[in-house]
Amino acid sequence: MQADSQVVELRSLEEMIRIRLFEQTLDRMFARGLIRGTTHLAIGQEAVAVGAAKALADQDLVFSTYRGHHHNLARGLDMTSAFAEVLGRRDGCCGGIGGSMHLTDVSKGLMGSYAIVGGHIPLAAGAAWAAKHRGEDVVTACFFGDGTTTIGAFHEALNLAAVWSLPLVLVCENNLYSEYTPIGKVSPVADPAAGRASAYGLRPIVVDGNDVSAVYEIVRAARDMAARGEGPVLIEAKTYRLSGHSRSDPGAYRPEGELEAWKNRDPIRLLAQALGLSEVDVSGMTERIKQEVDGAMERALESPEPEPSALFKHVYGGATA
Amino acid sequence: MTTISYREAIAESIARAMRRDQSVVLLGEDVGAAGGAFKTTVGLFEEFGAERVLDTPISEQAIVGAAIGAALRGLRPIAEIMFADFMGTCWDGLANHAAKLRYMSAGALGVPMVLRTHGGAGFGFGSQHSQTWENLAMAIPGLKVVMPASPSDHIGLFQSAIDDPDPVVFVEHKALFGMKDELPPEGHLIPLGQARTVRTGEDVTIVAAGAMVAVAEKAAEVLATGSGMGADVIDLRTLWPLDMEAVSRSLSKTRRIVMVDESGSVCGWSAEVAARLVENSFDLLAGPIRRVVPPHTPVPFAASLERDWLPSVSETVEAARSLRASFQSA
Repeated sequence: MQADSQVVELRSLEEMIRIRLFEQTLDRMFARGLIRGTTHLAIGQEAVAVGAAKALADQDLVFSTYRGHHHNLARGLDMTSAFAEVLGRRDGCCGGIGGSMHLTDVSKGLMGSYAIVGGHIPLAAGAAWAAKHRGEDVVTACFFGDGTTTIGAFHEALNLAAVWSLPLVLVCENNLYSEYTPIGKVSPVADPAAGRASAYGLRPIVVDGNDVSAVYEIVRAARDMAARGEGPVLIEAKTYRLSGHSRSDPGAYRPEGELEAWKNRDPIRLLAQALGLSEVDVSGMTERIKQEVDGAMERALESPEPEPSALFKHVYGGATA
Repeated sequence: MTTISYREAIAESIARAMRRDQSVVLLGEDVGAAGGAFKTTVGLFEEFGAERVLDTPISEQAIVGAAIGAALRGLRPIAEIMFADFMGTCWDGLANHAAKLRYMSAGALGVPMVLRTHGGAGFGFGSQHSQTWENLAMAIPGLKVVMPASPSDHIGLFQSAIDDPDPVVFVEHKALFGMKDELPPEGHLIPLGQARTVRTGEDVTIVAAGAMVAVAEKAAEVLATGSGMGADVIDLRTLWPLDMEAVSRSLSKTRRIVMVDESGSVCGWSAEVAARLVENSFDLLAGPIRRVVPPHTPVPFAASLERDWLPSVSETVEAARSLRASFQSA
């Protein structure tokens, strides 16, 4: 993170494009009936993942959610194994057993992606506690959405993290919707995460989630605070998802013009502008990166289905009668 | 001979584990400074300190979740849930997280934790403080479930539970707290999934777990002296993995089986044992399977009603006698 900031920012742009292309590829594959189940895309939310990923240390941990491909990719999850997992193939990061919502790669500190809203936050607190207990320089980052702030586990975990002063950075990606419902209808406070921070003795922090540099700065500061033993940090990143809640959601609940307005604040467009790059420059980058992404998908498609015996593996790690 | 009560055995079990394995930690409500709501963790805070014995807020989801998260990072946490009924608030952590993470991650994640809880009826604690719920836990793939029926079994089984790479639900029945036993030696270890034959006989198999083992034993005594019937009494000790071998071995001798099961008349553990016997040991059965179970109601408060609710010695004796009276063994 000492590199020239222009180079770092260019890499951020490439990373966001890479993630965008991954998500768009999944979108097309679903539309063509090549992927089963459902998936939750983070198109438009790339800056939160990329900015945060760059701010964390190599040894730090990440707990993500069912809308978490971007978190996992930004922290180095191999793209072919990510595609293969969503396809349910043997070479998926979880052998095809987890699927889109459960991307995991412990070697990269990616401690799982979780599909129970808020259910992973106490886990992240526990992992943070383990690091503190052992005196390790390891910070745990936990991502979740605005809709998570209304579930019990969020409150219990935040309370515990604050009272035990845990090295935990909590990043709320507020994309303004709790599934199909505008967050304002379900949260009594305007900033669903930051507006609740003081209830846990924490500072309210709001950041423009579509400004990758701003995200980087704030997560970096939070990481440093947590690492110094100053307790958890709760960050609310304002962003927007340009796709529906899941593949089956056409987003008809959005008010007129909202989508357009946020498209103008597309994080990729914002960074390109900040770097003085033209649309042609960005198209060129995109074309180049698209080849990498397409190659990863092709390799994933070649991966076979899991063996039938995989159904029975890993239920238990120890002996059973 | 040193004796130890079940209540003391709980603290002894935890202490033995924490002495031999630095990664073992204990968290729960009032487990530390107060020595536990039931005084089952006395002395641990003094011996191991605040770093390893943690008093938590009233936050069952956070207690279980934090235990899972710490286990993911290689610690071996013991999460105490004060009353088994309170597991209601943390079924998500247990069932959707602890039980499933190893599977969903194809083995990358593991949750070597023990969830200890005090359960069981008979004390006028009312409907929301009287369950055991071992039957619900055993129905969830990925969990292991243990219910020790004696102090020395608690100690032996607990060490295995702590060493186990999987999440273990460890149910301690309140009715047993005063039970006395010989203090087992250091290193006392009982593997999970192994039932114990408490008493032998030729005429009927009585299977029980937890506080119902004493009911089964007393019933066996009454049957021996009153009816000349000898009973094999089997204490399952572990509900999952289930030791069906021990049950069917006994059944091959007696041909008759009664089960004493506090966990319920609908989907209690005895229903699972019964299903497996019918599937795999049908030829061994000389007659129907009898389950002595509570009625399908929550636990009432009034003393006489709570007594009626609990499976009893007389019901167990009657069940065994009814099998002998109605059927001749082949």
